[in-house]
Amino acid sequence: MIKSRGIAFRMGAPVLAGSALVFLVIFSIGYLHSRETILRNVQENAQNLARRIAHRIELVLAPVEKVPENLDIVLETFDVNETKIIEVLRSTLHINPEVFGAAIAFEPYAFDPARLYFSPYMSRKGKGFQMTHLGGKGYHYFYQDWYQIPRETGKSSWSEPYFDEGGGDILMATFSRPFFREKEGTPQFTGVITADISLEWLEKIVAEIHVLRTGYGFIISRNGAFIVHPQKSWILNETIFSIAEARNDPALRAIGKRMIAGESGFFPFTGDVLQRPGFIYLTPVGFSNWSLGIFFPTNELMADLDAFRRTAVSLGLSGLLVLILVVWLVARTITRPLRTLSAVARNMATGNLEIEVPVPKTGDEVAILAESFNYMKNSLKVHIRELLAATAAKEHIESELTIARDIQMGLLPKTFPPFPDLPGFDLYALLKPAREVGGDLYDFCRIDEDRVCFFLGDVSGKGVPAALFMAVTMTLIKMTAAKGLSPDRILREVNGQLSRDNAAGMFVTLFCGIVNIRTRELWYANGGHNQPVLLRKSGEAIFLEGTDGILLGAMEDIDYAMKRIVLDAGEGLFLYSDGVTEAMDEQERLYSDERLLEALKAMGQMSSAEVVESVAHDVISFAGTAPQADDITVMMVRF
Amino acid sequence: MIRTRRPLLRLLLLVWVLLSCSRALAVEPPGLKKISFLPQWLPQAQFAGYYMAQHKGYYRAHGIELTIIQGGPSRSPTEYLKEKKADIVTLWLSSALQLTAQGVDVVNVGQIMPRSALMLVAKTSSGIKTPADMNGKKIALWPADFQIQPKAFFDKFDLTVQIVTTESPVNLFLRDGVQVSSLMWYNEYHTLINSGLDPQEMQLFSFDDYGLNFPEDGLYLLRETFEKDREAACAFAAASMEGWHYAFAHPEEAVDLMVSIMEAAHIPANRVHQRWMLDRIRDLTMPDAKGHQMGDLQVEDYQRVGDVLVANGLIKSVPPFASFFEKCTQHDQK
Repeated sequence: MIKSRGIAFRMGAPVLAGSALVFLVIFSIGYLHSRETILRNVQENAQNLARRIAHRIELVLAPVEKVPENLDIVLETFDVNETKIIEVLRSTLHINPEVFGAAIAFEPYAFDPARLYFSPYMSRKGKGFQMTHLGGKGYHYFYQDWYQIPRETGKSSWSEPYFDEGGGDILMATFSRPFFREKEGTPQFTGVITADISLEWLEKIVAEIHVLRTGYGFIISRNGAFIVHPQKSWILNETIFSIAEARNDPALRAIGKRMIAGESGFFPFTGDVLQRPGFIYLTPVGFSNWSLGIFFPTNELMADLDAFRRTAVSLGLSGLLVLILVVWLVARTITRPLRTLSAVARNMATGNLEIEVPVPKTGDEVAILAESFNYMKNSLKVHIRELLAATAAKEHIESELTIARDIQMGLLPKTFPPFPDLPGFDLYALLKPAREVGGDLYDFCRIDEDRVCFFLGDVSGKGVPAALFMAVTMTLIKMTAAKGLSPDRILREVNGQLSRDNAAGMFVTLFCGIVNIRTRELWYANGGHNQPVLLRKSGEAIFLEGTDGILLGAMEDIDYAMKRIVLDAGEGLFLYSDGVTEAMDEQERLYSDERLLEALKAMGQMSSAEVVESVAHDVISFAGTAPQADDITVMMVRF
Repeated sequence: MIRTRRPLLRLLLLVWVLLSCSRALAVEPPGLKKISFLPQWLPQAQFAGYYMAQHKGYYRAHGIELTIIQGGPSRSPTEYLKEKKADIVTLWLSSALQLTAQGVDVVNVGQIMPRSALMLVAKTSSGIKTPADMNGKKIALWPADFQIQPKAFFDKFDLTVQIVTTESPVNLFLRDGVQVSSLMWYNEYHTLINSGLDPQEMQLFSFDDYGLNFPEDGLYLLRETFEKDREAACAFAAASMEGWHYAFAHPEEAVDLMVSIMEAAHIPANRVHQRWMLDRIRDLTMPDAKGHQMGDLQVEDYQRVGDVLVANGLIKSVPPFASFFEKCTQHDQK
């Protein structure tokens, strides 16, 4: 429907863009707000969950930590021998079902000056107990963490978890407490009391953490080693730092450092097994600087948000679609009459002014436009009717003019050579008419056996009057010449006739000559016409001597002078109208007398026809594309 | 908490050793010389070169049918050498010199690691920045031969320190049971990093920097074994060097191999750690300005270790260098 940005597009695009922008802003604010709320809620829930888990873990660990303390009190209070110690250990396991094993390890020779190692260790075996003495050539317990750390730090501590190598792959941890005995008034480090527990329950507690769909909890030791993790192969094999190193992930290492530093908080997390993006809530657990992390995959965390986003986006898109439809419908009520109008206008352009212009009833701008169209159509009809009439009239006149022209041209003789019985006498003439009807004329006639009269003239003005005046002039000359008068008398006679009833005030320039074929004598008179050119035998071209006569038709009773020359064989006379010398080229330069003389110089030996055609051709090629303003008339008479 | 050996592990080990022997016996053409080799510790990237040479068939190519006996705390290389349970073992130079002093005539046919990986470390937070700062501090050291070099260091700087002998210094150090600990650069240092201590939180003291370089892993065999077949001993050294060069050039492949061997032996294996170890071994065997290079034993280093041992009363005199070190990896160097 949107064709090359029509009204529908121009109207619809800003409306839609604006609506989309408003929607986007509202949606983004809503999204960010919801995201923040969700994260805050999750954080609170995670905190509660983590605290609960941590508390449950501490509930198990706390009594275990009491065991060595109680043993210490028993040992200190009662003077015990080896048998007693073993009994105490046995009953300790009895009353503390969570304890897997307990040992009392003495410093070298501290219990018995004869024994380097003395460390009775009572542990569970099946349903009963098993008594072992730790220490020996392959096992220097003094060099072990569980003994050495409390010894060197003077503080109780939990060992790093380890797999119990004797009893299968059970994850164990040992709580060690140093004990001191007075010696010469000062407390002296005497040994370490330990309690081992299996950490199987730890895995169960953490496995109960169900966050979202696939979120999970994990615990790392104070060295960052994984103690509980859904990825079993990581347990005690990887630390959070080795994972960070393998993944080249400094952010994960930073989280690891927060965890082993005992921090709590909610952070983005990149340490998932599958490397899904997510968040972690971390909190210390136990009294052991272990750290619990609860992982929330972002995609699940944001599942509600995603649903909201999907709904919002689909609602927004549907809204936009409805909006598009509405805009389209509204635009159509405007564009349809416009398109109809457009079709009507095209139809009108082909000339169909009878077509009905529908005017919508809406009364809006389109209706006004349609009314304007109607008005225009009616005006056009009137104009075209008038125009047709005018055109018809003009055509009529033009056709009449053409006929007049044809008649005019028909007056001129066109048969050459005109006197085939007169050898040695060569006459040729040509009139190239201008587009408009002009008034040039020429003619010739035989007066008697030896004499030929010829003349060439130019009527003032143009059009039908000039043509008529030319016809009158030609008739008068022919009639007058037929009387056998001399050229001066012919001019006087014709002038008299033309001037007498010359209401139109028209006139004509005329050159008239009579030539005796035998004697080659030429008598001539000129009535204001361009002076003809004499082509000498020597090749010279010179203007004929003038007779100073005025043009014909201006006033009655004018006498014209006559002159006589004798032409030699090969000599001739070139007559022309001002259409030749006043022909203009594209730069509006005149053809000029000089150019004419120059052109004629080269034509001394040519026949009359050749001279006439050459000059006519030269003038036309000089004019080039410039329109021909006047008739071009030339005549050549020669022997 | 009882860290006894695993009977299961032993059994598996035995089966593995037997299997590799029988497999070798089954396919080997006659003429291959049988040699058994014991590295001084559990399989790890510290020995990647030997396992790689075995894996790539370099030993066979050198006419040897090699059996690698899996090392570990229960297998003392000096005992194995003395009792001829292994033909060739890896030993530290200091241990080998003491063995010689005990009358066990051994020959070094290749000093694989010419520089010390044993170093001392302190937390920068403890303010220990120079050897002098260690005065009066508690320092965790492994027992026995691991203490010779640190003690020479304390003597050199005239320090009175409280030595805490331990078999596992890492946690003791992390929990501040000691202020200074010895460690292997290729092993425990990385364990510390992966326990959350950043390198910039630790001050390392490399003995080499303080003029106390002790060459470590070298290839040793009894002189009588050596004399019996010099060619085989040198072929072993040459094939081992080839294995090392290959491992350094293809670290990922070498780590893959070590991890698979460790997993088969049920030893906790951590790829990142093994890669670190291999990279550091490479660093320690790179030729340096002092003329150290893999396979070669510098006479100055030899004399230094000998002198320290004499000064500590561990040996009476330093045996002649020429008879102790057989430079038979030379042909590998061309």
